[in-house]
Amino acid sequence: MTHDPDDTASPVGTSGLPWEFRIEQGKIREFAAAMQSDNPAYQGPDAIIPPTFLVTAAQWAPAGVRVNVGFERKRLLHGEQQYEFVGRPPHVGDVLTAQEAVVERYEKPGKRGGQMRFAVVVTDYRDSEGRLVARATGTFIERAARKVTE
Amino acid sequence: MTNPATLAVGDSALPRKFGPMTRQMFVKYAGASGDFNPMHYDDDLARGAGNPSVFSQGMHQTALLATFATDWLGAVNIRRFQVRFQNQVWPGDILTCSGTVVGVNESKEGAVVTVDLTCTRQTGDVAISGSADFAVSAP
Repeated sequence: MTHDPDDTASPVGTSGLPWEFRIEQGKIREFAAAMQSDNPAYQGPDAIIPPTFLVTAAQWAPAGVRVNVGFERKRLLHGEQQYEFVGRPPHVGDVLTAQEAVVERYEKPGKRGGQMRFAVVVTDYRDSEGRLVARATGTFIERAARKVTE
Repeated sequence: MTNPATLAVGDSALPRKFGPMTRQMFVKYAGASGDFNPMHYDDDLARGAGNPSVFSQGMHQTALLATFATDWLGAVNIRRFQVRFQNQVWPGDILTCSGTVVGVNESKEGAVVTVDLTCTRQTGDVAISGSADFAVSAP
């Protein structure tokens, strides 16, 4: 998801456009190093992806395909994140298609006044035959604006 | 990796420590993940926004928690991994990842073990709380 307050915020039910990316051995290895893992499952030509690896797919999204939560960057927080896998996690050589959707928006009163806004973005990852292999669910928060003192 | 056949509710793994956390770790994670938010590597910018220094990406300590969890219950067995971001992590922090089995259930893939996961700072503050499902008897 993007968070451009100047662009139109995507309403609930909005889907982005699909984009394709390939699961690469070197990228998994780099990610495993950053997560300080020496698990052999993440090494070699048959490596599987670590649980949070699909976060890397966003960097291959072409401009304009992602949904926009429309939150101000300075007030944007990542509240929760979940990854679900249908069977074994994807592995090196898989070509997946990612597509985002805004599935929920809600507001809560902030602790110091104002409104906190929430947006839930689901990203579905499908294989070349269109089967769902993984789903990411992110909850993003825009903190309440500080009261302007005059 | 633990022998999954022996797991029961209440079992926990030996906690694992990461750190002290360094800026280099944050940069390494930024490159690996593609999250180039400068709040995680540009001290001037982070201080300008009211922080004492740069801080770690929430998804970075989430990935460390994933390292702990998949070493414990098997990388290939993961079916669900969920986290809540609770407190920021700073350079110099020492993180402790721990986990406890909270459920053992049957699914079409066989036994699924549900664990609660926690990544705690040396101060006792919880940085990340989470839960995960592992299909421990998948063929």
